[in-house]
Amino acid sequence: MGLHLLEVRSLVGHLIGWDTNPAEGLDANARIIEKLHIGSAEVWITETVVNTWIFMAVLIILAAILRVKMKNYKNKPSGLQNVVELAIEYMDSFVKGSMTEKYAYFGNWFFGVFVLILVSNLSGLLGFRPPTADLCTTVAITLTTFFLIHFMGIKKGKGGYFKGYLEPLPLLLPINIISELATPISLSFRLFGNILGGMIIMAMVYMALGSLPGIAKIFNIGVPSVLHVYFDVFAGCIQTVIFVMLSMTFIKDKIPD
Amino acid sequence: MEGMDPRAFVLGCSAIGAGLAMIAGIGPGIGQGFAAGKGAEAVGRQPEARGTITSTMLLGCAVAESTGIYGLVVAMILLFANPLVGKIQG
Repeated sequence: MGLHLLEVRSLVGHLIGWDTNPAEGLDANARIIEKLHIGSAEVWITETVVNTWIFMAVLIILAAILRVKMKNYKNKPSGLQNVVELAIEYMDSFVKGSMTEKYAYFGNWFFGVFVLILVSNLSGLLGFRPPTADLCTTVAITLTTFFLIHFMGIKKGKGGYFKGYLEPLPLLLPINIISELATPISLSFRLFGNILGGMIIMAMVYMALGSLPGIAKIFNIGVPSVLHVYFDVFAGCIQTVIFVMLSMTFIKDKIPD
Repeated sequence: MEGMDPRAFVLGCSAIGAGLAMIAGIGPGIGQGFAAGKGAEAVGRQPEARGTITSTMLLGCAVAESTGIYGLVVAMILLFANPLVGKIQG
């Protein structure tokens, strides 16, 4: 039995013992680049994994360069320092607005999440398959949020955290637990569904444009770029903001003011 | 049913099911439209609270959108990872 959890199709196919793809031509699944055998488990290196590694490398190098450049910062900002300060201040005010001044230190974590999701969502513009169009990426990011919600709830809320499950009636305990488990599901499926939906629509548009005859080929100019602005840039940015904002709201719900 | 390829039948029905699943898009459409309308109303009444209103509206829209996304995911599974074809005997 292999570890077939690296993409949706294999996840669903694995659960029901069926693993082939009925829809030929338009393939929404991430391509498998390499199958590794670690012990008895089979680990799939998919396009998603490789793309995520690329973005991680780019972001880490960028962060290291910024760290070196910002060492000799000036009181009167100019050039690059302006851009960095703008980003940090925007994120700070975003976190303070959602989580109050006291928990502003969450900005350190959420800035990283924000940048990773944003880069992943916008990577469709460069021809990558967005890593967020794979359920594995979104579930992984969401699990960190899920862990944070309950870790911070227990650490800061103490007894109030457990008492919250018995409110308004102790009878409602199962429903409260189900609603806690629904949080990561809705969070991860929202991001995944939006990005995958946009990706599939773009793939279908490119298929349709590719089969245009004669003079109708004129539609190949401009039409895809307009749709990319909507499905990649607009939806990608909005979904990033929403993911981070909802994560912060869920954590804020569990900790006292 | 004699002489019909069961695989073709299941695939056809799955395609219809995927289409029906997307009826779920009506709900978020109405809900988000309502939220956006109320948001515009609130900005008209209190233009200085524009930032807060916009972020609250986006949050509400995102929550309202989940049901539509669930429908989309069901449609995607039926189209690209169909679990029903595997149930055909023989």
